[in-house]
Amino acid sequence: MQHTAKSISKKVMTISAVSAIAAFINLSPALAEEKAATAVEKGKAVSVDRKKGNCLACHAMDDGALPGNIGPPLVSMKLRYPDKAKLRDQIWDATKRNPNSIMPPFGRHKMLSEEEIDNITDYIYTL
Amino acid sequence: MKKLLTATLALGLLGAFTLPAQATPQEDLEKFQSYYYKRFPDTPKGDFINGVYSIDAASREQWESIEEFPPYELNISKGEKLFNTPFKNGKTYADCFENGGIGIAHRYPFFDTNGGEIITLELAINRCRQANGEKPLKYKKGAIADIGAYMKYTSRGETINIVIPDDPAALAAYELGKKVFFAKRGQMNMSCADCHIHNAGNLIRADKLSPGLGQPTHFPVYRSKWGGMGTLHRRYTGCNKQVRAKPYKAQSPEYRALEYYHTYMSNGLESNGPGARK
Ligand code: HEC
Ligand code: HEC
Repeated sequence: MQHTAKSISKKVMTISAVSAIAAFINLSPALAEEKAATAVEKGKAVSVDRKKGNCLACHAMDDGALPGNIGPPLVSMKLRYPDKAKLRDQIWDATKRNPNSIMPPFGRHKMLSEEEIDNITDYIYTL
Repeated sequence: MKKLLTATLALGLLGAFTLPAQATPQEDLEKFQSYYYKRFPDTPKGDFINGVYSIDAASREQWESIEEFPPYELNISKGEKLFNTPFKNGKTYADCFENGGIGIAHRYPFFDTNGGEIITLELAINRCRQANGEKPLKYKKGAIADIGAYMKYTSRGETINIVIPDDPAALAAYELGKKVFFAKRGQMNMSCADCHIHNAGNLIRADKLSPGLGQPTHFPVYRSKWGGMGTLHRRYTGCNKQVRAKPYKAQSPEYRALEYYHTYMSNGLESNGPGARK
């Protein structure tokens, strides 16, 4: 039983390692930059979408029109969050830091996909 | 000890409004009202009946000009006509209510100690119909909101004074309503209190959030967004849906309890329904 589980996980590891290496080899610096740029763009689109992040309901942010003021303006994020994972955590589940937070737990309540949260984090990190 | 200290510290940081676990309705009421009086010192106490316009000078002027030719006037006259039209058995709504139904709508909701339940105005209207062999009306809009608008109109200027009788069932109903008001619900994990206590006066996108105090005083309401009248439970439904929470049914025990708590919190204010909102 245990043996099977082990060999499966080993296989999975190998597969993901192989694809990671392949990705690493394939991505020229220019391509990587382009990918990052689209992540930021996608993140921006999802964050302003009223049916998705709708962050503007509560936060002033970037060039977003008619923002709410329930939460603090999202500025100087890199400076305020040297650890980017903490920023992602705040978006994934704001109630971890403040159990009473009005900010929706986007990840915990599956309002956004993990990829969408990654992209939003990338975008917010540029502000 | 240290744990306790950290816990209280954390609570202190959450802002000015925290509910003690054990409080009488009267204590809840004083705390609720004084919170808004402190948060909005420029608003005269009696003015909270005007909802968001009590704290938003920018939109107040436009609203006041709407109230000069109120969009609900037609609904009041339709309601009056319905109210005075006899049922098939010859009786009318007036036969079901104290004082013939005039100037009494502000006493709702109340706790009926005989039946052991909360009676809202809409429920009383439908019970009256059923007692007279008529079909009940739908609860959120249409005829029931028109009849309610007329009845509330005859109660304008009366003081809201919801009583919690000395009965464990009444207190339990009150506590349920309070729980519903403070419970975080839905995919967005928000409570009524999140928006209408902790963030009253703040902007959610372009909308200013009204204080919870004075919200029920002017219902039913004509909303331009609805293009017509709606009952308080219609509004509750909308507020639940916008945070992707499953609304309770109109006139469910939960919404009736919510209305009981919510209206009790406005005790001392004037009844000023029906209202007009965007
Ligand atoms: C309904 C209101 C609301 C929405 C919607 C909302 N937030 Fe927040 N957010 C808050 C509040 C309030 C805070 C303050 C901290 C707390 O209470 O959690 C906050 C805090 C934050 C912080 C920490 C800011 C700091 O200064 O440390 C970040 C980052 C953030 N939000 C990002 C987002 C993003 C990204 C979205 C959309 C995907 C979003 N928020 C949507 C209300 C909201
Ligand atoms: C996401 C924020 C939010 C939540 C959560 C919320 N509301 Fe609202 N509510 C609003 C907004 C925005 C309006 C329209 C502007 C206003 O009057 O506050 C509104 C309006 C109302 C009104 C009409 C006020 C009037 O003057 O006509 C009532 C009553 C109300 N809410 C009650 C509730 C109750 C009860 C709950 C919980 C079941 C609730 N709300 C939850 C945002 C919210």
